[in-house]
Amino acid sequence: MKNRLSLLAGPYVVWMALFVVAPIFLVVIYAFSSAGGGFTLDNFAKMSTYWVVFVRSFELALIATFICLLIGYPLAYIMAKEGPGFQRIAMVLIMLPMWMNFLLRTYAWMSILENTGLLNQFFQAVGIIDLGNLINGWLNNLCAGLNDLLGLSLNTARDTNMEYFKMINTSGAVVLGMVYNYLPFMVLPIYSVIMKLDHSLLEAARDLGASTGRVFRKVIFPLSLPGVLSGITMVFVPSVSTFAISRLLGGGNELLLGDLIERQFLGSAYNAQLGSAISLVMMLVVLICMYVMNRFGEGEEQAVML
Amino acid sequence: MAKELIRLSDCFVQFDDDIILDHINLYINDKEFLTLLGPSGCGKTTTLRLIGGFLKPTSGEVLFDGAKINDVPPHKRAVNTVFQKYALFPHLNVFENIAFGLRIPKTESDGKKQRKIKLSEEEIQRRVMEMLEVVNLKGFEKRSIASLSGGQQQRVSIARALVNQPKVLLLDEPLGALDLRLRKDMQNELKRIQQQMGITFIYVTHDQEEALAMSDTVVVMDGGKIQQIGTPEDIYNEPKNAFVADFIGESNIIDGIMRADGVVEIFNRKFQCLDKGFAKDEPVDVVIRPEDIDIVPESEGQLRGTVTNVTFKGVHYDIIVDFYGFKWLIQTTDFCPVGAVIGIKIDPDGIHVMKKSQYSGMFGDYSSYSEEYEEISDADYDPDAEEEQEEGDEE
Amino acid sequence: MKQRSSILDRLFMGLVFFFLYAPIFLLIIFSFNDSKSRTVWQGFTLDWYVELFQDSAIMSSIYTTLLVSVIATVVATVAGTFAAIGFYNMRRRWRNPLITINNIPMMSAEIVMGVSLCLFFVAAFGLFGTAAQWLNNTLGTNLPTRYYLGFPTLLIAHITFNTPYVVLAVMPKLQQMDKHLVEAAQDLGCTWRQAFWKVIIPEIKPGIVNGMLIAFTMSVDDFVISYFTAGSSTSTLAMTIYGMTKKRISPKINAVSTLLFVTVLILLVIVNVREAHQAKAKNAARS
Repeated sequence: MKNRLSLLAGPYVVWMALFVVAPIFLVVIYAFSSAGGGFTLDNFAKMSTYWVVFVRSFELALIATFICLLIGYPLAYIMAKEGPGFQRIAMVLIMLPMWMNFLLRTYAWMSILENTGLLNQFFQAVGIIDLGNLINGWLNNLCAGLNDLLGLSLNTARDTNMEYFKMINTSGAVVLGMVYNYLPFMVLPIYSVIMKLDHSLLEAARDLGASTGRVFRKVIFPLSLPGVLSGITMVFVPSVSTFAISRLLGGGNELLLGDLIERQFLGSAYNAQLGSAISLVMMLVVLICMYVMNRFGEGEEQAVML
Repeated sequence: MAKELIRLSDCFVQFDDDIILDHINLYINDKEFLTLLGPSGCGKTTTLRLIGGFLKPTSGEVLFDGAKINDVPPHKRAVNTVFQKYALFPHLNVFENIAFGLRIPKTESDGKKQRKIKLSEEEIQRRVMEMLEVVNLKGFEKRSIASLSGGQQQRVSIARALVNQPKVLLLDEPLGALDLRLRKDMQNELKRIQQQMGITFIYVTHDQEEALAMSDTVVVMDGGKIQQIGTPEDIYNEPKNAFVADFIGESNIIDGIMRADGVVEIFNRKFQCLDKGFAKDEPVDVVIRPEDIDIVPESEGQLRGTVTNVTFKGVHYDIIVDFYGFKWLIQTTDFCPVGAVIGIKIDPDGIHVMKKSQYSGMFGDYSSYSEEYEEISDADYDPDAEEEQEEGDEE
Repeated sequence: MKQRSSILDRLFMGLVFFFLYAPIFLLIIFSFNDSKSRTVWQGFTLDWYVELFQDSAIMSSIYTTLLVSVIATVVATVAGTFAAIGFYNMRRRWRNPLITINNIPMMSAEIVMGVSLCLFFVAAFGLFGTAAQWLNNTLGTNLPTRYYLGFPTLLIAHITFNTPYVVLAVMPKLQQMDKHLVEAAQDLGCTWRQAFWKVIIPEIKPGIVNGMLIAFTMSVDDFVISYFTAGSSTSTLAMTIYGMTKKRISPKINAVSTLLFVTVLILLVIVNVREAHQAKAKNAARS
């Protein structure tokens, strides 16, 4: 009986071999080929030029993941404490933005963060920008005084005539875009793991004399780690490889790995070999990170998907 | 008198390198209640699956009404199965579960032509309602499966099988998931249904009490082999070897030497018994049931021992008595305090002599298999191993 | 988890939801703005919606998106369901590596998927071209020798990244299913095929529906993989939006967002109300 039904997977296995395994194989081959077709390691050597991009990508993705965890965990925890009716609404509210195209969500932030954007208009109206100018002027004076007094060379050229805060086209805006887009991916797995916790475990812990804080530290948090780990994966991987977010909110100043790869394939600097090599290295680093993390968390659980 | 219905002839089953059934020969009569009894892994479920058609023997023949059915698929066999955990379809209600088999159009070929036979809706309605009555579930037809208790699910599962009017009903540990009270009730219920329907039941269980209470014939299995076939009385009173003696009921199994026909020596003392036909001075296993031992004053006893443990069991006491370093279990209605020195007497018909077998010496001084079995089976239970075995099916 | 949540908890939750929704609401508000500006309110208008429906590029990309999503979802649902049943019935030493491969498209970065498929298609087209050339020369046929990325490659890519989600949604349902159900069906007279349709499929239907929804969402939402596999002549809605954000920014985007948001909102409300009803009915039946 077992074997006859297993044949149903046949077509899909062929499909995977053709459109999943073969393409990845091709990426590996390209990564080790020169433009002429011979074997070479040049592509990897060339990559050292882009060292700074690698560092920036991983740095921004790490920051975004950390912020997502910082916001997502408490949110999931609070949601899990609520009644079922409220939970349902909260779930819909978390999922709803995910259903809108992420380009639209990112685009929404463009109009908010622009120099003449809504946030700056708001700051202007409330007077925060004037306040900023005031503080900058005050700081300039203070620093100048200190410089005179102690012979330091502190910055005294802070802008005192700002008309807006520069928010768009900064790495901060890129991180914001990542957090905004991928926060639900952090909340959902953590929430579903906390929801599945055996309630009697918590009661047992309380019965054994643990305080609420202790129950959380010693029982809830360790048991929710699988959710945290898959949340981290689900935020980190798209963050580190994104390219549209950096293009829209970073204005191209903050080149990320995704942009770099995209340029090698569809941009003006066509170099599929180099692009493949970058993709390969990026994926390897990500895989190593995930492996180490899973080892550390002993989480054998597969990523808890939607 | 009774007509033979099913015969397993020299059936051998092997998965990879494991021999699951070792050349089994067995016949089953029409209208018989036959129980396959044995510990887990003894091959009893495999035997059932051979008959149900979920498994083909590696070699040997399965005969039904004299015809070989090795290659007949399950859906064409005149047998139906009640599965271990009921295997009810959760997406259908009680009525539709029972009607499931009736709604499958049967193809009937008479030589050349193939006709599809479909039962009318009234016929289905009538037969399902009839079955609901048989299993005492009238009024439950619209209920969802999830809303039923274990016992009720069990009844639905029996009705679902019986409604197809099989010649044989196969039951794979059907009461295993029920609690003790319910199990006792269902035992009577099953026996009643079997007699009412007048069909063959083949019942698989590891519970010896269940087997003794319900069966016409008990087949004790272990290690892929049949250890003994007989009526419940035969099996209990005349176990063929130490395994059967130990598995069925509680027993003291002692080494003895047959000195002559009707005389067996235990602890260098001669006892009268009824067994004959052994060689002179042949080493044997001697089984003495705990309830066959009479406690007498020390001076009148055939053997003397010290009471080391007393447990009150309601109707009787279980006492453990130390005889020259060997511990025996005795069931008695007389209270004996721990430390008391007592004598015992055993009537000749209380002593059962068996030939030595591979099982000799495996069971300590006394034993109650079922308790040990529960412990062993709990400890060894490994769902993956089970799955691996299943995956070997049909290979 | 019965502890009451404090006001602080509620406040925190409110802030996060404000963070999630404020941008979307601003987007919606400015879709009605009577000006090209995305930041200065100049009065109410529906002009952008009118223009949106007259914009052939946007309309055709919506059509492309829906078409590719629907076809890819149907194919992925069928293939994924069969594949899950097949995997489930395999011996473990085959099943585990295949499931790992199945997880690759979900676990790896989208851009890597997109790039690898792009490379693969270009390489395959090269081979096709050479083969066609050879056939043309030897047999005198008139096959095209150059092939381009387009709707077919887009569709293949979507099926490839959709199917794993269906497999992942169906597998747990199979694992929850009582192993003996299929045997029970056969025992009651079903052939293999009947057992499949009458028992397995109804049992795992919730998983199939779930997988289908996820697949459709992923397809509609996808940008990165489409971007690398659709070529220059075919464009999904996400790609068109990306193109618009790069060049002239028009409030038509806001109008698209609004329509999308409202559609999704209505769908989600319907689904949830239905689910709530079902849950209630279930509870009622049990008590």
